[in-house]
Amino acid sequence: MSDFSGLPPPMAAVIGLLAILGAALALIGSVGLLRLPTFYQRVHPPTMGTTGGVGLTLVASMLLFSTLEARPVLHEIVIAVFMFVTTPVTYMLLMRAALHRDRPSDER
Amino acid sequence: MSAPLLTVSLLVAQLMLALAMAFAVIRLLGGPRAQDRVLALDTLYVDAMLLMVVHGMRQATTLYIDIALVIAMLGFVSTAALARFLLRGEVIE
Repeated sequence: MSDFSGLPPPMAAVIGLLAILGAALALIGSVGLLRLPTFYQRVHPPTMGTTGGVGLTLVASMLLFSTLEARPVLHEIVIAVFMFVTTPVTYMLLMRAALHRDRPSDER
Repeated sequence: MSAPLLTVSLLVAQLMLALAMAFAVIRLLGGPRAQDRVLALDTLYVDAMLLMVVHGMRQATTLYIDIALVIAMLGFVSTAALARFLLRGEVIE
């Protein structure tokens, strides 16, 4: 499939572990989104995927490409910073919309 | 030695992300109210972006990083627009 043969085995183990941990965090977040009973509880679990999952996966990607190309490859920091900045903004907007929709209609 | 190890772990990560996307789709289709569907769509695009990054790692190409960045930006804009629509009833006043 691709040429990973130039990679030292400890580095490959670290990269694989980080990728699996990040994917596991995203999976746990989705399970919580599916199973929790109310909307206000369901807002919390996807943030595991958007912080921990994104962070660990992008660190794994940075390690892999920096090792393969023998130079620092840091494009991923842009995605990580963007996700960390925008996720609270969107979830606060969504929470406000949900609160607004749940308010009794005679109070508005 | 290190090539099969990394390929298998990236495959496992891809399968877990695909399962996470499937759960988000179930919530998206069956979510009782509109805000649940918007939240599920947000989770879905984050998982898709991570899947794109892991796929790029498997192919050993940095091309997919840029695609993941585009998915992240479009997802933020769409979720913000949908939340604003739920709040106000229209996106641009």
